[in-house]
Amino acid sequence: MFLDNLSRRRLLGLGLGALAIGTAGCGGGGGPKQAQAPATTAAPTAYTGPSVSLKFWNGFTGGDGPVMKKLVDQFNAEHQNIKVSMNVYQWADYYAKVPAAVSAGQGPDLGIMHVDSVATNAARQVVLPLDDVANALSLTEADFSPPVWQAGVYKGARYSIPLDVHPLGMFYNKAVMKKAGLDPEQPPKTGEEYLAALEALKKAGIQGHWATPFPFTGSMQFGTLLYQNGGQLFADDASVSRFAEDPGVQALTWLVDLVNKGYSPKNVGQDADFIALQNGKAAFNWNGIWSINTLKEIKDLEWGVAPLPQIGSKPAAWAGSHQFVVFKQRTPDQNKLTAAKVFINWISGHSLEWAKGGQVPARKTIRDGAEFAALKEQATIGTQIDYLYFLPSVAGIGDASAVVDQAINAAILLKKSPKDALTEAAAKADKILEANRKKYGA
Amino acid sequence: MVAISVKETPAVAARVPRSGKATPYLFLAPYLILFCVFVLAPALFGIWVSLHDWDYMLEGKPFVGLDNYTALFDSQSPVYGDFWMSMRATGIFTLFSVPFLVVLPLGVALLLNRPFRGRTLFRGLFFAPFVLGVAVVCLMWRLLLDPNLGLVDWILGTPIPWTTATPWAWIALVGVTVWWTLGFNAVIYLAGMQDIPRELYDAAKVDGAGRWGEFVHVTLPGLRPVALFVVTTTILASANMFGQSYLLTQGAPGGETRTAIMYILQQGLREYKMGSASAMSYLLTLVLILVSVANFRLFRSRS
Repeated sequence: MFLDNLSRRRLLGLGLGALAIGTAGCGGGGGPKQAQAPATTAAPTAYTGPSVSLKFWNGFTGGDGPVMKKLVDQFNAEHQNIKVSMNVYQWADYYAKVPAAVSAGQGPDLGIMHVDSVATNAARQVVLPLDDVANALSLTEADFSPPVWQAGVYKGARYSIPLDVHPLGMFYNKAVMKKAGLDPEQPPKTGEEYLAALEALKKAGIQGHWATPFPFTGSMQFGTLLYQNGGQLFADDASVSRFAEDPGVQALTWLVDLVNKGYSPKNVGQDADFIALQNGKAAFNWNGIWSINTLKEIKDLEWGVAPLPQIGSKPAAWAGSHQFVVFKQRTPDQNKLTAAKVFINWISGHSLEWAKGGQVPARKTIRDGAEFAALKEQATIGTQIDYLYFLPSVAGIGDASAVVDQAINAAILLKKSPKDALTEAAAKADKILEANRKKYGA
Repeated sequence: MVAISVKETPAVAARVPRSGKATPYLFLAPYLILFCVFVLAPALFGIWVSLHDWDYMLEGKPFVGLDNYTALFDSQSPVYGDFWMSMRATGIFTLFSVPFLVVLPLGVALLLNRPFRGRTLFRGLFFAPFVLGVAVVCLMWRLLLDPNLGLVDWILGTPIPWTTATPWAWIALVGVTVWWTLGFNAVIYLAGMQDIPRELYDAAKVDGAGRWGEFVHVTLPGLRPVALFVVTTTILASANMFGQSYLLTQGAPGGETRTAIMYILQQGLREYKMGSASAMSYLLTLVLILVSVANFRLFRSRS
């Protein structure tokens, strides 16, 4: 389970060692010249050309890996003239490797990126614009949902096609709720209900919600509460940070109060909040949809999942999204591009299988279908689709959000007051945003 | 054929002095080539990179002169606070881990150098953790040291936040590192001890030296070259610490245990600010060179 989670720790991914700096530096001698994206023609959803093989890279090292492998095998069996071979790396390695490989002319043909990395890689010309793919496949916003679809647009061009979204949900331990006299079939939905439940748990000697200071999933919980309070992490154009404004201070104060009021222990370690839920030491854990399969594997654990409670003035939930991207090649190959489109469309159309791995399909027709509704847990978390938020689609936005992680860490560990931590972080983030504008162009 | 070879013999003989001059260089060549290609060239290239706003995928890599360096000394720059906090973290870790990693293995080596039953087993036991990968070591200790769920606090009956608050996090990081790498230095010391001539001990005994006398006047001086190696490599290894902080504490609280290498990696590989990362690397290198030179001087002046 830990390695599973680790693979998702892409947000913190720093690569595996100084060696990588060396290789990155070496490969840097001849950066690719600004090659215009090849003018691709609209493609059909079937490929009739000569046999091609496609290299498909991704970071599905957890329980999602075998699911994708199965889909790829099925695709290969159904398409005699396309052979897709899949390579899997740890996400951290993947994000360091892919640009280096593309720069060396050894890049894969297509891959997956998290939505908050798309803009950066678009600006760095690692990935190709895909408007024509969307057109060729007749994909539009209506096929997905507005936030998910818009998240792949950078400077007016589309660079990615959504595969799934993976939001936070509220996981709860039914046995623990019963112990505190709470109805396990009626998990709290509002702020008042939530605090009342925590109070009841406290009286029963249980710390109900462990406030974790680490990005997984403390930063995601903070972001969720911030948006629920009507705030934003950054301005839409990322010109300035906005997380230190009142909604942010309120959101972080709410989390820190969980510790101060004794609803959460102090000094929660990495993953300890999730372990506490499994061990019956906590009642609630706001965690990613990917936790479903982990919890299913634990015998005798009575658990449920619900949409996140609405603590603030409006519903909101953190979410990530895996998106298809096509990598830039030194010599573009029309046949490969066409085959890649066929592949993306086919997988997207079969994403119900993908959903079983613990994801919400991005494609609306699949999400609305009876078969997805039958995946009870996924469907429950999926109901939040219309109020998910993503980071703005701005190059280098991850650099600034890393600063927020540190502020949340210091505040929940009671090293700094929420306001001070956020204000200091905002000053730093604004400088980083400014430096990024200079680097990537406003 | 024979005739030809006989004829050529004098010529070959005449060339011997010349090829003799080249011989050492030929022997050095494989290493030199690798050194130049993989160490010297990237190092020089790094200086070039550090003078630019460098992203290897971007076409524009504007020359910025010494900006990347001056930013490290300008309290208004976005990197100043984090960089020096990370240098401080590296300094703290080095300062506290090196003495333990130099002295404890010496004690272990002294014990393991005596003849006793099961000596090989104990040698193996002390060395065993070193063969584990950093990920294994840190994931295991992260669970054992968890402030609320960990076995260590449960056994001690304490609520110590081993991984989330200083100074406990430093104790945990140094402790885990010592546990993990102690065996390596011990093996180096052991090898060094076995190189000390037996006669010296016999002579010391004749002169009436006790155990302590033997240790101070024979073992320690005999280990000087080995100790120099151990101290230097341990300082460098500690100054390059990355995995333990990354996995055990994730830099918590608020980045206080984020080491310089961790921050440089973030700048260079996550934020693709390779110019800035290179400048930081060079500053760190400079500090380490100064420390190493001081270290060599210290050992030389004693001898």
